[in-house]
Amino acid sequence: MKTPDWKALAAVPVAAAFRLVEAPFHAVQRSFGITPMPWLFLAPNLVIFGVFTFLPLVINFYYAFTGGVELYPSQRPFTGTENLAILFDCGNHFDPSTCRKDLFWRAIWSTAKFSVLQVTLMVLFSVITALVLNRKVIGRGFWRGVFFYPVLLSPVVVALIWKWILQREGVLNAFIAAAGGAPLEWLTSAGWSFFWVIFVSVWAHMGFYTLILLAGLQAIPKDLYEAAQMDHASPSRTFWRVTLPLLMPNLLVVCVLAAIRAVQIFDEVFVLTGGGPGSATTFIVQFIYQTGFMEPIRLYGLAAAGSLVLAAALIVLTLVQLRIAGERDAKRQ
Amino acid sequence: MIGFFTRTRGQGRLDWTDWFTYGYLTIGLFLMFGPVAWLVLSSFKTESAITEFPPRLLPMGQKQVAVPGEEKPRPVYRVTLPDGTTRELAELRRIGLTSTMVDPSRPDEPIRVPIDQRTPVREFKLATENYTDLAGKFDFGRYLWNSVFITIVATVLTLLFNSMAAFALSKYRFSGQRTVFLLILSTLMVPPTIVLVPNFLVVSELGLLNSLWGVIWPAVATPTGVFLLRQYMLTLPDELIDAARLDHASEWRIYWRIVLPLTAPALAVLAIFSVMWRWNDFLWPLVVLSKSEKFTLQLALNAFQGDLVTQWNYLLAMTVITLLPVTLVFAFLQKFVTQGIASAGVK
Repeated sequence: MKTPDWKALAAVPVAAAFRLVEAPFHAVQRSFGITPMPWLFLAPNLVIFGVFTFLPLVINFYYAFTGGVELYPSQRPFTGTENLAILFDCGNHFDPSTCRKDLFWRAIWSTAKFSVLQVTLMVLFSVITALVLNRKVIGRGFWRGVFFYPVLLSPVVVALIWKWILQREGVLNAFIAAAGGAPLEWLTSAGWSFFWVIFVSVWAHMGFYTLILLAGLQAIPKDLYEAAQMDHASPSRTFWRVTLPLLMPNLLVVCVLAAIRAVQIFDEVFVLTGGGPGSATTFIVQFIYQTGFMEPIRLYGLAAAGSLVLAAALIVLTLVQLRIAGERDAKRQ
Repeated sequence: MIGFFTRTRGQGRLDWTDWFTYGYLTIGLFLMFGPVAWLVLSSFKTESAITEFPPRLLPMGQKQVAVPGEEKPRPVYRVTLPDGTTRELAELRRIGLTSTMVDPSRPDEPIRVPIDQRTPVREFKLATENYTDLAGKFDFGRYLWNSVFITIVATVLTLLFNSMAAFALSKYRFSGQRTVFLLILSTLMVPPTIVLVPNFLVVSELGLLNSLWGVIWPAVATPTGVFLLRQYMLTLPDELIDAARLDHASEWRIYWRIVLPLTAPALAVLAIFSVMWRWNDFLWPLVVLSKSEKFTLQLALNAFQGDLVTQWNYLLAMTVITLLPVTLVFAFLQKFVTQGIASAGVK
């Protein structure tokens, strides 16, 4: 039996599809010359950015200043700053239980606490790992891969891997029982679940920052170390006076990148703890998602107002990042 | 303490800093790979083995043997006989507290044994039914298809659209060019988490709720991709394009026949990133796709783990299948991924 020539068969529809894409480009060039061509090439991107990024940004403001439960903007009554007022209605902003939307403030303070702890631990372990990997170790590529692998896993998979380990009859409790301890409810105790949320997110993303720091370490000129050795500088002095200052730009970038991602934490936590127990691990993005999409009464306005608060935090962080990047480029020149 | 990080290895002999280094790396290996290995091992355990506490390291199942004259293989037990000897016997049937057992080599001599005198014989056994049952028990094929469809279509469109934009931004000079470039880069500052609610409106107005296209369209224009490809195309010599124009090649042909093939290395990096982004996506599909027949693998996993009674053996098998593609990317294309991160600082 003769096998069909799949390549030739596939080429027919592919060629037809491309003739279809090609046609408007040729038509425009024939009628208007070369001037509009770049805009034609940019068109799909600009349309998509316009529809799914810039338009929503504008609508988000509108939502934040309107009330009701309708999705369609023209059906929503304008309520001015009421949504923001509701969110910020607090006896004491540091004590969520005095707030009208106590969950929002719990989420804000949890997110703040989480971000500070997570970024600190993330940077600490990334730096140590990068320094270890920067030494002359056998099979460095392999070890780098070991720390990088979890970065590629999806947040859902990461959460399920750890949920399986941490569950009541999971392997961690088995180790504890074998060592003579009493099994613990890792994910239903507020303190422990907060710890594990931090641990798991550091576990999953550490490899990414390690890679950036490792690139920074390898860019430090070797002759600086040779010079330090000639001067009989102690290893700790070399670290504080050579390695750390030269690594600092990368370190700052890593801090800001990690912070930008930390305040947006959602996926892993949502699957691992569901925000619980209670609201112990409910962070700001989950507040937005719950308010807008999970409650029986969907308060889009309140959710949008919440995302304005998140946006404010992100803008500050991004400006810091741009500032750092600018300073770094200025130094390079 | 600090000294160890900066010291380099002495000739031929290991000092304590090397011990620390390899100790740290070994603990790292255990912590980073251990959980994944445990997931894979557990996914091959039978439903009963998976609820065992404390769990065993390897997937074990009860040994079964074929007994002449019996249709199905029979389970094997270690039996303590009244005379004090122990033998491995196959159970034919059990009535109340007595079980009728037989030595498989002598099927004509059944022995009656009280059930408290026997313990199951276990051997290493992979419960592959956790994987093969998925298709029949759940709508697994559909979730897999949805994930594959979104990943492939979105990646093809991402490559096409982003390379077109990058071509315009690198190989032409026109007024507004810089503005457009900055505008595209500025979208980096608008993470999807911020425009969640209004984007839901836009997608529902376009009639794309509960449609795979509702996940695909917003994802195919990426500032990262445009940036990555533009930087690469800037390094291609403009003389190539001038020569082609002299030969009356159309602009589309120049893009398609000359620039695109030369951009292949950068396209490969972007393709790998795009596959990982789309395969691992969670929050946006969660908002757009609420009907279970439109679920991606990630959404299906999330839905199953939230069930009151979690069927861990199936859930774990499904998790392993979900992490398989990115693991293959990791195994074969790690170099491209790390290169991309190092050159663009993106993930």
